[in-house]
Amino acid sequence: MMQTKKKRNSNSALRGFFRNAKAVVGFSIFSLFVIIGIFAPLLAPYDPQSTNFAPSLGPSVAHFFGTTNTGQDIFSQFIWGTQTSLIVGVGSSLISTLIGFIIGVYAGYKGGTVDGILNTIMNVFLVMPGLALLILIESYLKSSTPLINGVIIAVTGWAWGARVFRSVAMSITNRDFIVAARLSGAKTWRIMFVEILPNMTSQIASNLIYACLGAILAESSLAYLGFESISSNSWGTILFWAQNGGAMLSGSWWWFVPPGIAIALVGTSLALMNFGIDQITNPRLRIHKKRKISKKNPALEPSGGM
Amino acid sequence: MSDRQPILELDHLSVGYQTSAGIVNAVNDVNLTIYKEEIVGLIGESGSGKSTMAYAIMRLLKGDALITNGTIRVMGKDVYAMNLKELRAFRWAQMAMVFQSAMSALNPVMTVQTQMVDTILAHKKGMTRLQAIERANQLLDIVRIDRKAMQSYPHELSGGMRQRVVIAIAIALNPGFVIMDEPTTALDVVVQRSILDQIKEIQKQEKFAVLFISHDFSLVAEMASRVAIMYAGRIIEMTPSQTLQLGERHHPYTEGLLRAIPHLSADNITIEGIPGSPPNLVNLPRGCAFHPRCPVAVDVCKDQRPKAIPSGNGHVECHLFEGEQEVQHG
Amino acid sequence: MRYFLNKLGFLLLTIWAALTLNFALPRLMPGNPALNMLAKFQGKMPPQALKAFELQFGFSNQPWPIQYINYLGSMLTGHFGFSYTYYPVHVSTIIAQSLPWTLGLLGISYLVSVVLGTVLGIFIAWRRGGVTDSITPIVSMTFQAIPQFWLAVVFVYFLAFSNNIFPMSHSYGNTEVPGLNWPFIRSVVYHGFLPFLVVFLTSVSGWIIGMRNNMMMTLGEDYVVFAEAKGVSPRRLIFNYAARNAILPQVTSMAIALTTIIGGQILIEQVFSYQGIGFQLTNAVTSEDYPLIQGMFLIVAVFGVVINFLVDILYGRLDPRIRRRGATS
Repeated sequence: MMQTKKKRNSNSALRGFFRNAKAVVGFSIFSLFVIIGIFAPLLAPYDPQSTNFAPSLGPSVAHFFGTTNTGQDIFSQFIWGTQTSLIVGVGSSLISTLIGFIIGVYAGYKGGTVDGILNTIMNVFLVMPGLALLILIESYLKSSTPLINGVIIAVTGWAWGARVFRSVAMSITNRDFIVAARLSGAKTWRIMFVEILPNMTSQIASNLIYACLGAILAESSLAYLGFESISSNSWGTILFWAQNGGAMLSGSWWWFVPPGIAIALVGTSLALMNFGIDQITNPRLRIHKKRKISKKNPALEPSGGM
Repeated sequence: MSDRQPILELDHLSVGYQTSAGIVNAVNDVNLTIYKEEIVGLIGESGSGKSTMAYAIMRLLKGDALITNGTIRVMGKDVYAMNLKELRAFRWAQMAMVFQSAMSALNPVMTVQTQMVDTILAHKKGMTRLQAIERANQLLDIVRIDRKAMQSYPHELSGGMRQRVVIAIAIALNPGFVIMDEPTTALDVVVQRSILDQIKEIQKQEKFAVLFISHDFSLVAEMASRVAIMYAGRIIEMTPSQTLQLGERHHPYTEGLLRAIPHLSADNITIEGIPGSPPNLVNLPRGCAFHPRCPVAVDVCKDQRPKAIPSGNGHVECHLFEGEQEVQHG
Repeated sequence: MRYFLNKLGFLLLTIWAALTLNFALPRLMPGNPALNMLAKFQGKMPPQALKAFELQFGFSNQPWPIQYINYLGSMLTGHFGFSYTYYPVHVSTIIAQSLPWTLGLLGISYLVSVVLGTVLGIFIAWRRGGVTDSITPIVSMTFQAIPQFWLAVVFVYFLAFSNNIFPMSHSYGNTEVPGLNWPFIRSVVYHGFLPFLVVFLTSVSGWIIGMRNNMMMTLGEDYVVFAEAKGVSPRRLIFNYAARNAILPQVTSMAIALTTIIGGQILIEQVFSYQGIGFQLTNAVTSEDYPLIQGMFLIVAVFGVVINFLVDILYGRLDPRIRRRGATS
């Protein structure tokens, strides 16, 4: 009975999501990139590392995005880069959300000294300039890969989600069903994942979205700064080689324009999807379409990107 | 009654909200007159349109709300015929309002003094700041708060003190008419009592008319001389408050409300609620809006809306009273 | 006062955490690359300098708690060691040279974006329902999804390289003599304009939207309606009642956005070869100049934490509920 009820709720939530035009547009754009990523081996016309072509060619039918100064096909690099960037984005956001959930919910649920300590650690991670910390770690790692970077980004960036999860956990810890579960002797991890988790699905979804965007931006920043091994292939590494291969001096704008637009498109699609989630969680937005007094939306919070 | 000067006159007032389902009236064809120095109670369940009516009188409706029919006159002046400048001068000088929650009615980042002086100076252009501060101090004396509270921020005051500050602001310009929208709901019983006593005292002193809104029957009966009972946007009964006791004949809804008051005098406390829940304004029942919950409804209630029937010193909107009217008139 | 001490304690704790990270990372990483690098300098440096390096990077036989205490001691007295690449220049000298550039560029672009965005947000909320009201969120979302450093690259290419409207890199022209002279100042402004524009364009719409939303929330609050009812003039209503409260969450956002802004600054300095601490940090990583990396990381961290502290104090000034907490409870 409970099960079917829950299912019905999530079904109607999904329907609400897809009834929202912004969310549908966002979902479509994101899906397009996911499909490109999955079918990269089929879609990429050439080996992205192969230097068989004439250098610095402009966009043409043979090379949609032209070639690099060493004669590599940029379109193939872009297709493979899509796969890498999405794996890093999605993977990193899953890891950081999991860490953030465990620490945030544990702190909020336990309260007292445990909460005091965890909350302080959280705040330290929140004020520590993220990119500088990543750069410091990179300096000892020596040419890491996008995947390693994804993990590091997650390990240093979990505090954003933890802060939200903590406050939600604090607000529901004293509700009857949680108290009942605790009194019946349920283990803490069980309460956290079985009782508390279903009550913060929208916050989790929202956090997955922003962590994904943050990870894609952070990874491309690190790659652009040249902290990834030469053999890696992501949107960021394309920008790095464009910068170091003199794309500027040779006028090869087609080299550095596509990855940036791709990142911006993925970012916009994620923000649009978050609008859809907001509509579900915040019924006020649904009824009074005209008024648009929206809850503070993290998408709209000022941040310059990484 | 007619020799007294009317302060508030609502004439066939309807207030609606624009929704996706069209305009929904939260206040529906209301007639109400309040006379000089009189306290009239307005009672109803939440969602019955009490607050919407109050905001409409003050011309403070926001967003999708609008007057769909009728007029509102305060001290003989049509509130909606004024331009914004006239309204700004008129409002508060002639009619004021005590909001439901004093905490949220006071600006959290301004001292009590600034907020009081703001009010006074907005209307008394010729006054100096010092004079305004002196007036604010007098007002604090009237509501019996230490003058030291002037320099406090709202969060530094207790709930009762905050509500007193709000009352002081409301009477700052000696208005002839004050709306009190559940002025004590947020407070505990003891504080509630002392504030009510104070309101009565100040009202006697300053001689303003009051529309006292509440969902607490016993409280309204005590404060007001006449009570209006609101259901689904209509005033379904208007009656002198001394008639409000068990045994007197009233609208079935009013009787239901009376039975819902706990009677502590008896050996055992008996409370009876009204079965069912307030109707959805978007989809009001045909006929009398109360009929689905009415224990004595008859067939005519289901498809004919009852007219206002004079009864005692007020009126009742109920089919069951129709026969009596004929008897009364001959 | 308690609020102030609380925030001060957190400031010190965070700086300590940054110092400890600097100490622990080289010792935790397999193969400690800092030591490999150091080996190359054997013989090129006087023994004392080498000793300092050893202390900093754990090439020592002392037990680590003692190393840690010695390390904290030398850091707190401002001894960040020598740079490998610029030997014998002290790391602190390089910090002193690059910090003003970062402070100037970041400070101006951050402040201008915040102040202008906030003012525009108030204005849009005031004139709600206009065209700006419906367009701004979309424009804002698009601009915020654009990676800042990429926009910088695009600007450099189209506005500096292809069209020569602005200089491509550096913070002032080669021919200028640094100092309080007009040609130098003009050159600094000219060089700083593109980096400023990147930060401004990518962040201002966020501040506008943030303030607009705060204003819309606040305009619906009872105290604003109450003030309107009591006859307060529209001007005073918007500024002293609505905006004065709506600005509080905006100040919180200023603190939250700070780490992202610093991250953006590092990348922008790199794109424009602008000689601030971000540029020095990334270059130090490329040249494996570990003492410089550590020094730069530390200063970036302190920089961020101190600004965060100042924003917290500003918040405390603006919100009497926090300012007077010590006095009442």
